[in-house]
Amino acid sequence: MKILVCISQAPDTTSKISFIDNDTRFNDDKVQFIVNPYDEWYALVRALEIKESLGGHVSAISVGGPALETVIRKVLAIGADDAIRIDAEPSDSFGVASAIAEYAKDKGYDLILTGKETIDYNGSEVGGMLAELLGLPFVSLASKLDLSEGKVVLETAAEGGLEIVTAPLPCVISAAKGMAEARIPNMRGIMAARTKPIEVAAGNAPALVQIKKFSLPAPKSSVKLIDPENVEQLVELLHNEAKVI
Amino acid sequence: MSVLIVAEIAKGAFRKSSLEAISYGSRIASKLEMNAIVLAIGTAADAQLALAGNYGAAKVIKVDHPNFQHPDSGAYTALIADVVASTQSSVVLFTHDNLGKAVAPRLSARLRAGLVSGATALPDLSEGFVVQKNVYSGKAMAAIAITTPVKIISLMPNSVSPVLSQGTAEVEAFSGSADGYKPQTSSRYEHTERDGEISLPEAELVVSAGRGLKGPENWGMIEELAGVLGAATACSRPVSDIGWRPHHEHVGQTGLAIRPNLYIAIGISGAIQHLAGVNGSKVIVVINKDPEAPFFKAADYGIVGDAFEIVPKLTAAIKKLKSAN
Ligand SMILES: Cc1cc2nc3c(=O)[nH]c(=O)nc-3n(C[C@H](O)[C@H](O)[C@H](O)COP(=O)(O)OP(=O)(O)OC[C@H]3O[C@@H](n4cnc5c(N)ncnc54)[C@H](O)[C@@H]3O)c2cc1C
Repeated sequence: MKILVCISQAPDTTSKISFIDNDTRFNDDKVQFIVNPYDEWYALVRALEIKESLGGHVSAISVGGPALETVIRKVLAIGADDAIRIDAEPSDSFGVASAIAEYAKDKGYDLILTGKETIDYNGSEVGGMLAELLGLPFVSLASKLDLSEGKVVLETAAEGGLEIVTAPLPCVISAAKGMAEARIPNMRGIMAARTKPIEVAAGNAPALVQIKKFSLPAPKSSVKLIDPENVEQLVELLHNEAKVI
Repeated sequence: MSVLIVAEIAKGAFRKSSLEAISYGSRIASKLEMNAIVLAIGTAADAQLALAGNYGAAKVIKVDHPNFQHPDSGAYTALIADVVASTQSSVVLFTHDNLGKAVAPRLSARLRAGLVSGATALPDLSEGFVVQKNVYSGKAMAAIAITTPVKIISLMPNSVSPVLSQGTAEVEAFSGSADGYKPQTSSRYEHTERDGEISLPEAELVVSAGRGLKGPENWGMIEELAGVLGAATACSRPVSDIGWRPHHEHVGQTGLAIRPNLYIAIGISGAIQHLAGVNGSKVIVVINKDPEAPFFKAADYGIVGDAFEIVPKLTAAIKKLKSAN
């Protein structure tokens, strides 16, 4: 089993979000970057579990500059065998997907995993684009992934229940909560990660969209507190003032 | 030229989020002086499909074929790409839900058409084609320009209220043969939820509870409150992690992002990762026994008190309101 896991970095979930350059760029000053949770907790860990039970090789791939080294080392510490950094500066999901597709197209991966979405752009786009560029089947938001007779068997949420989807290999799958349990790297993993190879490959990241401006939501006006002895007043306000019930 | 809206059908009628997308697409079409055409995939009577006219669509193309029984991203993408070509569509709309997430990115790559996923407002056409969406899990917004000839948008449910109009839509069958769009994946459906349960991403009213509830056995009062309101239920991440509630109820930065009209948070502290998924709600009510709980800073209305006393009273008060109206 040759598995490729697509990794993105994202600002730590407690980061204060602000923008610079006339609100056109994210202010990364003092921001700590983490591995995008869906990529790390679900896609990567499930890939490692499959390797542990069936044998194989797990590579992680990420598109961006040298600053990605920290999150790449983390992924290697958790257990990926090696990693590829495509040295390009993508400005949208299509750029990321194109760079990965160009690299992956003749490498013979059996399974390519992405996280459900990144917690910065929240697009849920890279997996589907990558599958299309590689001409592979794609199943999004799988909360369970098993291999059976050369196929992947997945669970995805559906209206009122779930779909059990069977897809042939090779394919691209995006991983949602439930697919695996997050792992914390141990000392041995961290030591081993220092010497695991990171291939740096040249690449292109063409864009289809451009971010023009960021903005922050308007601050909430202060909360109206209601006496716990007078819950009916809340209902009255929701009905007559807020008009939501 | 036209605007094509990919609409989903559930139980013989358009989904609510698809009606929102039809209205949104029709409003773009009228600004661009184009026709709004709906591609309806699934089984519904023509009379139901014609209702798209009430939301501004001129035409509905219906496709009802076993190849589209489940949302195989490849088969859907191939079909939609062909319909985009035959209708000369320059804008394609999806809902930002499971189907939209599976298909819109594929279509974007196939047509080299710029995609904005999870749009929250109508595009600004004053300088090009600029679409607004939430980023950083609801902590910020971005205005994104699409410059490619074909533009794709997936619309966040509950973001833009549909506008009703008087029009009628003509319904026609897909003119090509659907046989060729063979799915590469197969699928079996398993019904797991109770009937009548309200889908969380589309819900207008949501009752959500956290670790303050102490244990899964105490969710009866939450479900009862949701029941009288006609609301969906949600929960914080630790609650779904420990298995008190199903994963699909988990909202927040690493769960679902939702934008209901009313979000009632009970026994939830309001951690930044939780707020990220719910701060697009129009009205937030917080019930928490700790007056210092951070959630009060993000709330419109709040009650400081014990959920076990307040929730039953709230349910009773809402019952009273409902019976008076
Ligand atoms: C990377 C990362 C991602 C995360 N993503 C998410 C996410 O997507 N969604 C999410 O929800 N969390 C997420 N979290 C977790 C988040 O930080 C909080 O830990 C979590 O939201 C807390 O859940 P809670 O409010 O239910 O529990 P607690 O923080 O334990 O709060 C319980 C609250 O209940 C109140 N309470 C107790 N008893 C009563 C009573 N009888 N009546 C009324 N109130 C009572 C308490 O005052 C308290 O405010 C994430 C964390 C990390 C690190």
